[in-house]
Amino acid sequence: MIRFEGVTKRYADASGTESGDGSVAVDDLTLEAPTGKITVLVGPSGCGKTTTLRMVNRMITPTSGTISIDGRDTASLDVAELRRGIGYVIQHAGLFPHRTVLDNVTTVPRLLGTDKRTARSRAMELIERVGLDPAMARRYPAQLSGGQQQRVGVARALAADPPVMLMDEPFSAVDPVVREQLQNEFLRLQSDLGKTILFVTHDIDEAVKLGDQVAVLRVGGVLAQLDSPATLLADPVDDFVAGFVGRDRGYRALSFAAAPELSLADEPTVSLGASADDVRAVGTPWVLCVGDAGEPLGWVRAAAVESEVTRTVLHRGGTVASTTGSLRALLDAALSSPSGRGVVADADGRLVGTIRAAEVIPAIEARRDAAASPTSAEEATAR
Amino acid sequence: MTWALDHIGDIMFRAGQHAWLAGLPLVLGLVIALPLGWLAARRPRLRALLLTTTGLLYTIPSLALFILLPPLLGTKILDPVNVIVAMTVYTVALLTRTVADGLFSVDGSTQQAAIAMGYGSFARFRAVDLPLAVPVIAAGLRVAAVSNVSIVSVSSLIGISQLGYFLTDGYARSFPTEVWVGIVACLLLALVFDLVIQVVSRVLTPWTRTVAA
Ligand SMILES: Nc1ncnc2c1ncn2[C@@H]1O[C@H](COP(=O)(O)OP(=O)(O)O)[C@@H](O)[C@H]1O
Ligand SMILES: [Mg+2]
Repeated sequence: MIRFEGVTKRYADASGTESGDGSVAVDDLTLEAPTGKITVLVGPSGCGKTTTLRMVNRMITPTSGTISIDGRDTASLDVAELRRGIGYVIQHAGLFPHRTVLDNVTTVPRLLGTDKRTARSRAMELIERVGLDPAMARRYPAQLSGGQQQRVGVARALAADPPVMLMDEPFSAVDPVVREQLQNEFLRLQSDLGKTILFVTHDIDEAVKLGDQVAVLRVGGVLAQLDSPATLLADPVDDFVAGFVGRDRGYRALSFAAAPELSLADEPTVSLGASADDVRAVGTPWVLCVGDAGEPLGWVRAAAVESEVTRTVLHRGGTVASTTGSLRALLDAALSSPSGRGVVADADGRLVGTIRAAEVIPAIEARRDAAASPTSAEEATAR
Repeated sequence: MTWALDHIGDIMFRAGQHAWLAGLPLVLGLVIALPLGWLAARRPRLRALLLTTTGLLYTIPSLALFILLPPLLGTKILDPVNVIVAMTVYTVALLTRTVADGLFSVDGSTQQAAIAMGYGSFARFRAVDLPLAVPVIAAGLRVAAVSNVSIVSVSSLIGISQLGYFLTDGYARSFPTEVWVGIVACLLLALVFDLVIQVVSRVLTPWTRTVAA
C-alpha cells in the first residue's frame, strides 16, 4: 500500500525559495493506493500527476507531508534501495539506446547484484511475457516500434519483481490501436502479478478502463474525487469532475454493469455457401450467418444474395456481445445490428441468441431502480 | 619526391615526435575535460564560469604559451614537456564544452529512467551518460586532434623537434619542396588521428549503426 498523507509540493518561485508563493503543484494530498490494485491518477495537463508520482520514488522531494509504502516512511529509506524496489515506466519508455533489449531489461537485477546468467534468463521470460518475440532481445531500442519499446519498458520495470510500480502515461505516445492492445495486455499481466500500481494518465477513458480506483486531480494539485470508475461515472462530485469524465457517461457507465441473464430470441442462421433460396426461405430481410463452430460471422441482406452466401456479402457493422460481458456491450450489439437484433455469444464465441434494444432498456432501468433502493446498493462489476 | 624518399628516416622520426606531442595531450586533455564537462553539465552555476574560462584558454597564442610555461613550470625552454602541457591546455579548452554538450545530448527520459532505477550519479555517468555522449565527444576529439597537429608544428620556432621543423627549415633555406613535405606529412598525420578516433568511436557505439525500425 502506498499512502500519501497531507503531501504538498510547492515549486520554487523565481526567487528560488519553496516557501514564498511559489506555484503549488500538489496541494495537501491524502490518498491510499491499495496493495495489489491499480490506482489511476487522472486530470488535465499540469495538475500535478507527474509530480505526485515522482515524489513516491523521491525523484522529487515533497515540501511537506509524508509518503509511506507498506507503513514505512519513504523518506527514511535509502534512496537507491527505495528506487530499485519500485518499477518505473514512462511515456517514451526511456530505454537505454546503447543497450540491447535484453540488457535494458536486466538493468535493475544487475544493479541489485543478481548474476548475469540468472538475470538474463529471467529477462528472457519477461520479454516473452510482455508479448515480444524472443528474437527481439538482441536488438537495440532504435530497432523497435514505439509499442514494442513500451513493452520493453514494462518488462524492464518488472525485472526485479518490485511490489510497487509507478507508470507515467506509459501508453500515451502510441497509436490508438496499439494502445488498446497494450492496455488489454497490461490488465492481463496485472491479473497474474497483482502489483500495487500508481498509474498516471490524462485520458479519462484509459483511467476508467484500467483503474480499480480513479483519483481525479484538478489544476493546482487538489484531489477532486477518488472513487471506483463506476461511481465516478455515475456520480461525479462537482462540475469539474462531471466535465472531465465527459459526455456519454450514462452509456459508458454501463461498462461496469454485468449483463444480466435475459431471455434471448432464437435466431435462424445460414452457413457460408448457403444458396440465395435458402437465405430467402428464412423470411426476414436480414439473416445471420454463422461459421462451422457456431460463431457469428455477420448479417446477410437476403435481397443482396445473388447465388450463394460468400464472405464478401457479409455485413460486419454489428458488434457481438458476450453473455459474460457488460450491459454496455449488450446494448451496443443491439444498436449496431443492421437487423435491430443484437447478437449474443457465449464465452467461447458461439451464438446463443439475439436481443433487441427495447429488451435491454428495462434491464438497465431495473438496475438503476435497484441501485436507488438502499438495500441493494451493491454494484455488479463487469471486470 | 626524391627529396622526401632520401629523408624518409628523418621524416618518420619527426612524425613520431609530432604524434607524441599532439597525441598524448589529446588523452590527457580528455581525462581532464571529462570531470570538468560533467560539472558544467550538472551545475548550472558553474557552467558559465567553466565554459567561459576554458574557452578563453584557447585564445592564448601558442607561441606565447610555449614561452610563458617554462618559468611557470620550472622547465627549460627546450623541454618538450612545455609543448605537452600547452597542447593539453588547448585540448581541455576544446573538449570541456564538447563533453558538456555530449552529456546534454542524452535524452531526458533516458536520464529520468536511469535515476528512477536507482543509479547513483557517478554510476549513471559511467554506465549511461558517458557511453551515450561518445559520438559527440568523438566529434570534438577529431577537431582537437587536427588542431593539436597543426599547433604543435609552431613549436619548431622555439626549437622543439617535430614535423614543423621542415616548414621553418625549408622556409629559411628557400626550399619549397621541404615545406611541402612538411605540410603533407602534417596532413597525413592529422588523417591518421582522425581515422583512429573514428574507428574507436565506432567500436564503442555499436548501437548507432542500427537501422531504425
Ligand atoms: N521542476 C519544476 N519547476 C517548477 N514548476 C514545475 C516543475 N515541474 C512541474 N512544475 C509545475 O508543476 C505543475 C504540475 O506539473 P506536473 O506534475 O508535471 O503535471 P502533470 O504531470 O499533471 O502534467 C505544473 O504547473 C508545472 O508547470
Ligand atoms: Mg505529466
